[in-house]
Amino acid sequence: MATPVLDIRDLSVSYRSDGGLLRALRNINMQIQPGRIVGIVGESGCGKSTLISAIIRLLAPNAQIDGGSIQFKDTDLLALDPETMRALRGVDISMVFQDPMTSLNPVMTIGRQMTDIQYRDNRSKAEKLARATSLLERVGMADPAEQLNRYPHHLSGGMRQRVAIAMALMTEPALLIADEPTTALDATLEVQIIHRLQQLQRDFGCAILFISHHLGVIAELCDEVAVMYAGEVVESGPTRDVFLKARHPYTRKLLECDPARIEQATRNLPVIPGGLPDLSDLPDGCVFRARCDVSIDVCARARPPLDGGDHCTACHVAAQ
Amino acid sequence: MLKFITRRALLALLILFLAVSLLFAMIHMMPGDPASVILGPKASPALKAELSQRMGLDQPLLVQLGHFYADLARGNLGVDVFSDRQVSEIVFEQLPYTLALVLAAIGGATLLGIPLGCFSAIKRNSLLDRVTAVMSVAFIAIPSFVVALYLLLWLAVNWRWFPAMGAGASGDIADQARHLVLPAIALGLGWVGYIARLVRASMLEVMEENHIRTARAFGLPERTIIVHYALRIAVLPTVTILGLGIGAMLSGALFAEIVFSRPGIGKLLHEAVSTRNYPVVMGSVLVTTTFFVLSTLVSDIINAALDPRLRDSGRSS
Amino acid sequence: MSKESGFLSETFASLRKDPLGMAGLILVVMILLASIFASQLAPHDPLEVDVYNRLQSPTWQHWLGTDQLGRDVLSRVLFGGRIALKVALVAISISLSIGLLLGMMAGFGPQWLDRLLVVCFDTLRSFPTIMFALAVVALTGPSLNTVIGVIIITSIPVYARIVRTQTQALRDHDFILAERAMGASTARILSYHILPNIAAPLLILASMDVPAVVGMEAGLSFLGLGVSPPTASWGSILNDGYSYLRNSPWPIIAGGIPLILVTLGFTFFGESLRDILDPKLRGKGGAS
Repeated sequence: MATPVLDIRDLSVSYRSDGGLLRALRNINMQIQPGRIVGIVGESGCGKSTLISAIIRLLAPNAQIDGGSIQFKDTDLLALDPETMRALRGVDISMVFQDPMTSLNPVMTIGRQMTDIQYRDNRSKAEKLARATSLLERVGMADPAEQLNRYPHHLSGGMRQRVAIAMALMTEPALLIADEPTTALDATLEVQIIHRLQQLQRDFGCAILFISHHLGVIAELCDEVAVMYAGEVVESGPTRDVFLKARHPYTRKLLECDPARIEQATRNLPVIPGGLPDLSDLPDGCVFRARCDVSIDVCARARPPLDGGDHCTACHVAAQ
Repeated sequence: MLKFITRRALLALLILFLAVSLLFAMIHMMPGDPASVILGPKASPALKAELSQRMGLDQPLLVQLGHFYADLARGNLGVDVFSDRQVSEIVFEQLPYTLALVLAAIGGATLLGIPLGCFSAIKRNSLLDRVTAVMSVAFIAIPSFVVALYLLLWLAVNWRWFPAMGAGASGDIADQARHLVLPAIALGLGWVGYIARLVRASMLEVMEENHIRTARAFGLPERTIIVHYALRIAVLPTVTILGLGIGAMLSGALFAEIVFSRPGIGKLLHEAVSTRNYPVVMGSVLVTTTFFVLSTLVSDIINAALDPRLRDSGRSS
Repeated sequence: MSKESGFLSETFASLRKDPLGMAGLILVVMILLASIFASQLAPHDPLEVDVYNRLQSPTWQHWLGTDQLGRDVLSRVLFGGRIALKVALVAISISLSIGLLLGMMAGFGPQWLDRLLVVCFDTLRSFPTIMFALAVVALTGPSLNTVIGVIIITSIPVYARIVRTQTQALRDHDFILAERAMGASTARILSYHILPNIAAPLLILASMDVPAVVGMEAGLSFLGLGVSPPTASWGSILNDGYSYLRNSPWPIIAGGIPLILVTLGFTFFGESLRDILDPKLRGKGGAS
């Protein structure tokens, strides 16, 4: 098997806060093969943002890495010095953020922002602008040369997100991380953006880590999916398997036991009664037990390991 | 952009019109006949009679107002009671000195204040930050003329590091610069603190925003992010404040000019008040007020030029 | 009653943790006491002339030396505090009250009134303050009351603007709309609901305004446009000292010190107060 683009092993991250140590990520294991699209699904607070911040190493000052490694191709990102890590950002690993309204600098033209991120290249300004124009064309912007002279607040949300995607793909990164890129857009726009993203992925061949609430989009876009809950990966595997043959009670609840409904599902995750546990005071045993309706004795005592081969899950009940 | 400028300019014109009318009204609100008020108690009866006739002071108020504005439009601010020179001439002779002082003070304040504020934000709660914070508050609070007096006492009279009087030999830039140092410091010290605080607060806010995170995620060097991405937005409030602050500076400049015996509008005005030279008083106040209104207008326009978001919004601040 | 005293003691406790704020408070109290008890504290009559002992450096007889007429500078400084106090009290309370009224009218009343008032405010604010003061004094002659009057006229727009902004912000809150729906009169809404909510920031503003007002009075007296001789005001002490600068630096040093102390004291205290009360205000929200 080829070297994975991203290989996260046993990653644990906590935040130091007034209320104690918040254990935001615990023993995360995840792999992304080159050219594959992997999705992450989970409700707010499950640790998706922390995971992304950890990968690009832009965690908050009060965060700490408790253990584990993040291998990008052959390099352990956690062992890199800040300068080398900075060299990777935007070149080998790119990001598209969630909120297009605030992710672009409001007082600079699109063109300026798109040429600034090419600062490492020795090309002339005209060449950089030409590159930017061609990228804007490929993400489906009308009148790309015109857009370069405009400011972000002149563009609609959808257009801004296309710009963000264009910026992220400018350097043909090996890994593109997309943090809920369509959550702030309306449904028709979402469809367009997702289709464009699929096409671009085929053209560029990059791996994508795609975070979303929208199960339907994950189903359509992603080859594999990982379900996160309260800082742990509770289930992962090929998307078809996970969604059609869900093994973890949480995943089942998300899918409402009816895979066919994914197509018509609302764009928000279904609401499950109960709430996330307190990350600074986690219970023993399985982290989902409080909201689970099929738990057994052992669930209260021992934390279920993530196992099961390609389609794995962390659940005592499923393991039986 | 043009629409914005037109709108703001018209508003400024209106305010100016009202302010000038107010000055005009003040003369007529005083007890006694307007000629005495305008020319002061020192003027001879013959002069008063001539003025009354010339200005048509027996005519209805509105007609007088019209004449007043007609004169203004022609640049005629009246005649100095004592020297018989045109007030406009006298005022514009002194204006450059005051402008030089104000510009020097603003220039110094921004040159010092912006980097101080930036460093304070980046190195939060460091010694530099804390000291800057306390000193800023202190110098904003203390009246500038007290600072001027102490500077005069210590650095000019006691230690003789800088000249104590005047503007310096004309034509000699170095000498004039030396004469500018102490007054400019007295005038600008409070502003250094003010600007530093403003920039610090702005920077802290901007650095938290999402687009800075995006810039980092694309691996841009920290220095580029701080100077070109964050600071550029963070200094915007400074521009507005400066435009509005020119008014306060004009007042402070008056004190600086008097303490350091510098020529300028402030000194001119003060002398005119002491000698009851009303035409000069009114002329000076008129010119400085106009200047203030214009500077507010210009700062609004520059602000809109720097921050494109402001151009399209319906109302300004 | 207990709720109020709890609030006060809580505020005071927070204040104690802030060394600058405490220092400011102490300075303010000291100066207030010194000014109020000036007659008791002053070693000499501030108007007593003693030409043989003019322009002396500090001695045991005269702790801060004497001015050009042999008057004791320390005593003059102490009595000067009374002038500063009087000006601050009168000017701020009057401009605050009028500004409050006008600001509420502008913020709560009809659009045309708002526009009219705002134009008036902006017009008044378009004059550089001292220039305006000079223009008025040129017409009416110097006097302390003129100074107070000018300060009031130039301060009203500042207070009014802030009150207006706050009133506008509150006007659209639900509880106000509810009161209007129930037919409450404008006066009632303004006094019972809007006023308590803007009172705190307004009072903080007023206390922060003291340094500016004291500074302005001192400045105008320094220019010879405020108190008439031989009355002692910190500004007039500085004025006298300035004329005799090369003979003796002490009047200037002495005159400047109380100004520095007052401005620093009130500013540090006011800033500290604002930091303490602000987050609390935000936490409370709504009408009392």
